[in-house]
Amino acid sequence: MHMFMSNLRHAAARLSPGRAVVVAMLIGPVVGALLAFGAVAAQEPNEVVIDNFTFGPQELTVAVGTTVKFINRDDIPHTVVDKNLDKNADKSKAFRSKALDTDDSYSFTFASAGTFDYFCSLHPKMQGKIIVK
Amino acid sequence: MAKKGPDDQEKGLGRREVLECMVWAGTGVLWTISGGVPHSVGLIGEAAAAEPATGFTFLQMSDSHIGFDKKANPDALGTLREAVAKVKAMPMKLSFIIHTGDITHLSKPEEFDNADKVYGETGVKIHYVPGEHDMIDEGQGKAYLERYGNGSKGAGWYSFDDHGVHFIGLVNVVDLKAGGLGNLGAEQLAWLEADLKGKSASTPIVVFAHIPLQILYKEWGWGTEDGTQALTLLKRFGSVTILNGHIHQLAQKVEGNMTFHTALSTAFPQPAPGSAPSPGPMVVPADQLRSMLGLSSVTVLQGNKPLAIVDKTLAG
Repeated sequence: MHMFMSNLRHAAARLSPGRAVVVAMLIGPVVGALLAFGAVAAQEPNEVVIDNFTFGPQELTVAVGTTVKFINRDDIPHTVVDKNLDKNADKSKAFRSKALDTDDSYSFTFASAGTFDYFCSLHPKMQGKIIVK
Repeated sequence: MAKKGPDDQEKGLGRREVLECMVWAGTGVLWTISGGVPHSVGLIGEAAAAEPATGFTFLQMSDSHIGFDKKANPDALGTLREAVAKVKAMPMKLSFIIHTGDITHLSKPEEFDNADKVYGETGVKIHYVPGEHDMIDEGQGKAYLERYGNGSKGAGWYSFDDHGVHFIGLVNVVDLKAGGLGNLGAEQLAWLEADLKGKSASTPIVVFAHIPLQILYKEWGWGTEDGTQALTLLKRFGSVTILNGHIHQLAQKVEGNMTFHTALSTAFPQPAPGSAPSPGPMVVPADQLRSMLGLSSVTVLQGNKPLAIVDKTLAG
């Protein structure tokens, strides 16, 4: 939360006066969104929840053989795509979900140890990591 | 927002006009563009009166997200119908419509069917480029290309000429790289270079693509990674207008002879850059929704006359 607030301050500092007016007009919805932020539903240990264009937790450590479930709680579809999808010769190790609509989920079983970076192919700023030990 | 440089000053672009665009975003503004620089000259009523008989007008529509049914707008097909009713009621003759992507929300066949049915009621040709929401079928874009890709190259890019203006539709929503922004790719940039080769610098150019070509807000991915390369290829032209969607709000910027414009969505608004935790659909009171949805009309005047962009909301 603190990080987000400081990001917002940075963003506001860059804005020109005209945009500052627009920002001021939007303060209402922002406060609402911040309040909603506090009310996150309980999360299972091997779950990654997509909320506000963010994978949470961004980094998840699991044991070999664990099935990780990715759930989309946004009003916008997202995907879960292995960053090394094209490079990975062994396709059984690579993962790529179809587009997940609101409340859709995708599960993948991590059968071998390693670090698996992934992203949303629709909003590539969204990135996460599964560490399998 | 445009930074006022010495060049702008000479051509008469005042900071006041640029600011007025923001203030009037909810109503509809006429922009005339003279030598690549827009002047705000009045509201929609005056715009219609000033329209000459010799010009030609096309529309930009964007982000209809057919299939979206969440809180920010439970009836995206309904608001598209309202937008199309506005199109049919327009007094000027329309040459065609440019759609800057996200026709559908989930690339489902019935969503494309519903969109086609309602857009078909306009009775004019529609030139599409895909948004990322149009490429998420099982075939990753196959459904879009089968429907709209006839005559296009690669992921769906193409160009055409109308009334002496060269129109270029680009695709920057496929093969996105982790951590990056929108992406044109080497193949499309090579095609663009070849497409522009031999064109006279006095040819007016209109480029349209889903994600803004220039970087508007990196943190939310609102820009195109290799957009600068495309803009460099366009630099020698005297009049370049770049129409984008994706951000569901109006943004205007002028840089030299280039005018950047993003259109409103017909489905739901999105927050101003950095003003919310994420760029997700913005829920606004029901009585305000239609003032944040809309479409744009662009009038090109013959010869070296001004080109005008009018943003019209569904509320008016």
